[in-house]
Amino acid sequence: MKPLTVGLAQVYPKLGDVRANCELHMQFVERAVQHKVDLLVFPELSLTGYALQDLVREVAMRPTAEHPAFASMLDASRRLDLVVGFAEVDERGRFFTSAAYVSQGKVAHLHRKVYLPTYALFDEGRYCDLGESVRAFDTRFGRFGILICEDFWHASPPYLAWLDGADVMIFTSASPGRGLGYEGKLGSSRFVETVNQAYAALFGSYVIHVNRCGFEDGLNFWGGSTAFNPDGDLIAQAPYFEEALVVAELDLGQIRRTRTRLPLLRDERPEVTLRELQRILSDR
Amino acid sequence: MVKEKIMTTDAKLRIDPELTRDVLKHFLRDEIRKVGFEKAVIGLSGGIDSAVACYLVAQAIGPQNVLALRLPYKTSAPDSLTHAQMVIDALGVPSDTIDITPMVDPLFERLPDMDAKRKGNVMARQRMIVWYDRSAAIGGLVIGTSNKTELLLGYGTLFGDMAAAVNPLGDLYKTQVRVLAKHLDVPQPIIDKAPSADLWIGQTDEGELGLTYAEADRLLVLLVDERYTPAEAIDAGFNRALVERVWRMVRVNHFKRRGPIIAKLSSRTIGVDFNYLRDWGY
Repeated sequence: MKPLTVGLAQVYPKLGDVRANCELHMQFVERAVQHKVDLLVFPELSLTGYALQDLVREVAMRPTAEHPAFASMLDASRRLDLVVGFAEVDERGRFFTSAAYVSQGKVAHLHRKVYLPTYALFDEGRYCDLGESVRAFDTRFGRFGILICEDFWHASPPYLAWLDGADVMIFTSASPGRGLGYEGKLGSSRFVETVNQAYAALFGSYVIHVNRCGFEDGLNFWGGSTAFNPDGDLIAQAPYFEEALVVAELDLGQIRRTRTRLPLLRDERPEVTLRELQRILSDR
Repeated sequence: MVKEKIMTTDAKLRIDPELTRDVLKHFLRDEIRKVGFEKAVIGLSGGIDSAVACYLVAQAIGPQNVLALRLPYKTSAPDSLTHAQMVIDALGVPSDTIDITPMVDPLFERLPDMDAKRKGNVMARQRMIVWYDRSAAIGGLVIGTSNKTELLLGYGTLFGDMAAAVNPLGDLYKTQVRVLAKHLDVPQPIIDKAPSADLWIGQTDEGELGLTYAEADRLLVLLVDERYTPAEAIDAGFNRALVERVWRMVRVNHFKRRGPIIAKLSSRTIGVDFNYLRDWGY
């Protein structure tokens, strides 16, 4: 089985400048093609920047060739598969934080961020509507799942994607760094790395996490993108704070080997989960 | 406070100084260059905060791009000038020394009933005028040096020393700035001396505030970062009067941390629901 070569595009998008970000994406596409990358993953809101606030109205797009930036992504996806982040506006004027898996000129899957942090420094719920679904989807390499940042700070979406068949999880973030109390890495880095490793090990799946870098009004984005294998081992990591393209080879055969040794998926009892969840919700 | 409790809160104040330095270096380089500047201006008081900020910005954009200003008044402690010079010599930054006495004395003479506090604020604002003018002259940004403790307690002059384009220290408590200073090899005399705004002879921060920075920071990290209510802080062993006084200082000085209040009349008001980052378009 040929390994799946994944590129982690740890980019620094310019806030509100879709055209400049599109060019940045194309630069990374060129580099990735040279490295024979099969799938290039960009961070959350890679085409727009993160803290858009009232700018969301100006930069939001439909995920179609109507929008020049999205057209470029569809075009590039004829050379390699891409996951791109953007602010989406739907046909009724609602905004979403979205990620699209694009392959061979088409959108294979669209994920709208389900959990919007609206606390402390975050105010996403003010500007965006909530995504309504968590789905695994088929790609030419296998069945994948995409989640955006806060989505994986809740155990439920990764669990759902796993049960829906995702053997490779793609997490995209615009994660602001905070917490100086640990040595060598920010508190938020430690948290995210820990949970990503846990998901990989618990689900016997590959977990790819691509986070952006750079600053927006003093908010630092810590980068540190990672790839964990189905045993929960770290197989690749980008540097903290710096723009980088990291290439990771995923041996998809490892999924079967790990799950043979540790059949957590086989033994999972979603009907128990469903029954107990229904009881808990009806007791509320 | 019992020793264990002090140790627990001291743990909450702990920072990794190298990681902090790295983030702040990236921050300064990014936020200065992103808006099209290559240079920075910083007022060196001879104190630890401006020293640390100067080390950070020199490392971020290169010492040759930093203009350090010593702006003494006739009653400034001589040490202030000497210590500022130590920083200038250690980093090799360009510098200038301008006596602000002839700029402010005419106003003092015009208003002879001005007390020490008012004079101090006038001096702080006059320094701000010089920083901003020099920053325009060289094409650079003014670097702020107010730390989190000062900002929370309101120990700074609105539109004076609080005025800046970017501030690398605003999310570090004084205790943490000290740790960073040691890590950066800031000259020891600067680290050791009693913090002072040096606005009148014999002024010290801790004398004016009536509590040490160590005490203030242990309490502030709980009230602010850890979301303790004042009642919970008292339960944790802090003196009731101290807690009430400190939390009151934080509250009554909040105006210094916000822009002017604008009366809302329209459906979209600046400062209320006209929401864009300052990094808009950069």
